[in-house]
Amino acid sequence: MKKVVQLILVILALILLLLGMDRYMTQSSSHSAEGTLTIYNWGDYIDPSLITAFEKETGLQVIYETFDSNEAMYTKVQQGGTAYDIVIPSEYMIERMIDEDLLYKLDDSKIEGMDHLIEDFRELPFDPGNQYSVPYFWGTLGIIYNDKMIAPDEITSWEDLWKPEYQNNLLLIDGAREIVGLTLQNLGYSLNSKNPTELKEAKDKMSTLAPNVKAIVADEIKMYMIQEEAPIAVTFSGEAADMMTENEHLHYVLPKEGSNLWFDNMVIPKNAQNLEGAYAFISFMLRPENATLNAEYIGYSSPNQTAIEHYLDKEIVNDEQFYPPLDNIKNLEVYENLGQEFIEVYNDLFLEFKMN
Amino acid sequence: MRKNNSEVSVQKQDTLLMFPYVMWIVLFVLAPIFLLVYQSLLNVDGAFTFENILRYFTSVTYLSMTFQSFLYAGLITLVTLIISYPAAYILTKTEHKELWRMLLILPTWINILLKAYAFIGILSQSGIVNRFLDFIGIGRQQILFTNFSFLLVASYIELPFMMMPIMNAISEIDPSLIQASHDLGANTWATIRKVILPLSMNGVRSGVQAVFIPSLSLFMLTRLIGGNRVITLGTAIEQHFLVTQNWGMGSTIGIILIVLMFIVIKLTSNKKARRGVSND
Repeated sequence: MKKVVQLILVILALILLLLGMDRYMTQSSSHSAEGTLTIYNWGDYIDPSLITAFEKETGLQVIYETFDSNEAMYTKVQQGGTAYDIVIPSEYMIERMIDEDLLYKLDDSKIEGMDHLIEDFRELPFDPGNQYSVPYFWGTLGIIYNDKMIAPDEITSWEDLWKPEYQNNLLLIDGAREIVGLTLQNLGYSLNSKNPTELKEAKDKMSTLAPNVKAIVADEIKMYMIQEEAPIAVTFSGEAADMMTENEHLHYVLPKEGSNLWFDNMVIPKNAQNLEGAYAFISFMLRPENATLNAEYIGYSSPNQTAIEHYLDKEIVNDEQFYPPLDNIKNLEVYENLGQEFIEVYNDLFLEFKMN
Repeated sequence: MRKNNSEVSVQKQDTLLMFPYVMWIVLFVLAPIFLLVYQSLLNVDGAFTFENILRYFTSVTYLSMTFQSFLYAGLITLVTLIISYPAAYILTKTEHKELWRMLLILPTWINILLKAYAFIGILSQSGIVNRFLDFIGIGRQQILFTNFSFLLVASYIELPFMMMPIMNAISEIDPSLIQASHDLGANTWATIRKVILPLSMNGVRSGVQAVFIPSLSLFMLTRLIGGNRVITLGTAIEQHFLVTQNWGMGSTIGIILIVLMFIVIKLTSNKKARRGVSND
């Protein structure tokens, strides 16, 4: 008994010591809450030198936290445990957050540089006129292949994924909207379809894709494609850009039937503490030089027209797989918030597909 | 002498010592189960309904998923049992029992995610196994994302939980019983069958429970190693909580899993055997 008490006391003392050290270290590194800006972003989704530059310029201390899914981000912002000043969710989630009144309506007079943005991105259905959100990065969903195993021009469309010779060759991204969406587009329907007959058709079409699927995975696609575990994968353009810098045999194809056009936009949640700082950050990121640095570091497509025209490497900007001509934008569809009922319909279709 | 007094104080002490445990059970076992039952009776809009449970039992997808979960959990249990029992028997006979036990526990100190990633490195196209197969002329095989790889990795991870209780049970057997068996003319095989096996059944039972039940809902391995070609109930629960945010349906599947687990425990626990082994 005495020994047990001793052991517990030792553990307690250790915990107190570590707690004290932790307090000491965080205190010495952060200023008061007044001078901080809390940013909530996807992991590895900003050039760290920009944060340093922003801190230097404004004198604000940036607290940078990351999430790995829109849903996880939503839950945390909605519950309001931490007051985030800037959050960078995707388009369908922004639409939902606007509906649920979680976001500040932006005051345009406080943001500098909105005119740098690509005109077409100012009037998107999830947030017309950018009243609540400012584009950060954008891209498409497409096919990445390895030229060691697949000849160039062998794959140009979604339909090509169904070719019998690709049996057990595909890696798919683990997302219901993505896979159901590309099947719908392949059939010539909208990827936001709520039409039961179209969805039924998509279900049958998907079940014929199953033999070609090697695996349905998430972020690991990046690692697998670089290591040449599979010849073909369906993934996002930004992820593809990352993979291509790691393995020169990889190529990205934007399917000719069309694709999903996705956006990650900066928003200010209702419970933000430092509004001025948040506006300053948005303006800072809109500056063409900064947008360029960020786009070069992350490798995703920049929404900043001035940066595209004057700053970014021409070779990157002229690549139609990553900067598709936007006059063709009707082929590129943005996800709409489907509503609970159809989110479940899509997910059930996807679950059944996985069971095949 | 002062027996009564000390008995009372012991009782008091016992209640005091029980307090953290009881609080723990109430807060972290009973309350969550209650919340799960409550959630499972709500639909997405928060209204009271039985539609979740109806949906589960009328959906071919969910039922076949349950069947698959059972199948794989059963296979994992079988594989670990076949490896564990003889190994545990031999290890209890060795000189450095404690060292072997230590080596068995060692892998459980490493996070399951790290182990899964290590296996990706070993089993992938460019991994050690494939390089070896290539070297000896068989050629590279698809190992990752197969049922085999899922079974292999899951069994590897669950193996210590099967081995430990069996080892404990075998080493607790009184050696004089085994000597007596030999003295009375039984050979080694008969001794194992008639003496050691029945006396170690309790270890086997707790091993089966410790392996089968968690295996029903291994959802992370199904994606990382199985490439979502193996689907268990855990996958569906994860999807309902994280993607569709239909907590009611997710809870319903969780409740069904809990009920199934209780059934498994009931089936594998044998009261008669327990009385026989205890030395009261």
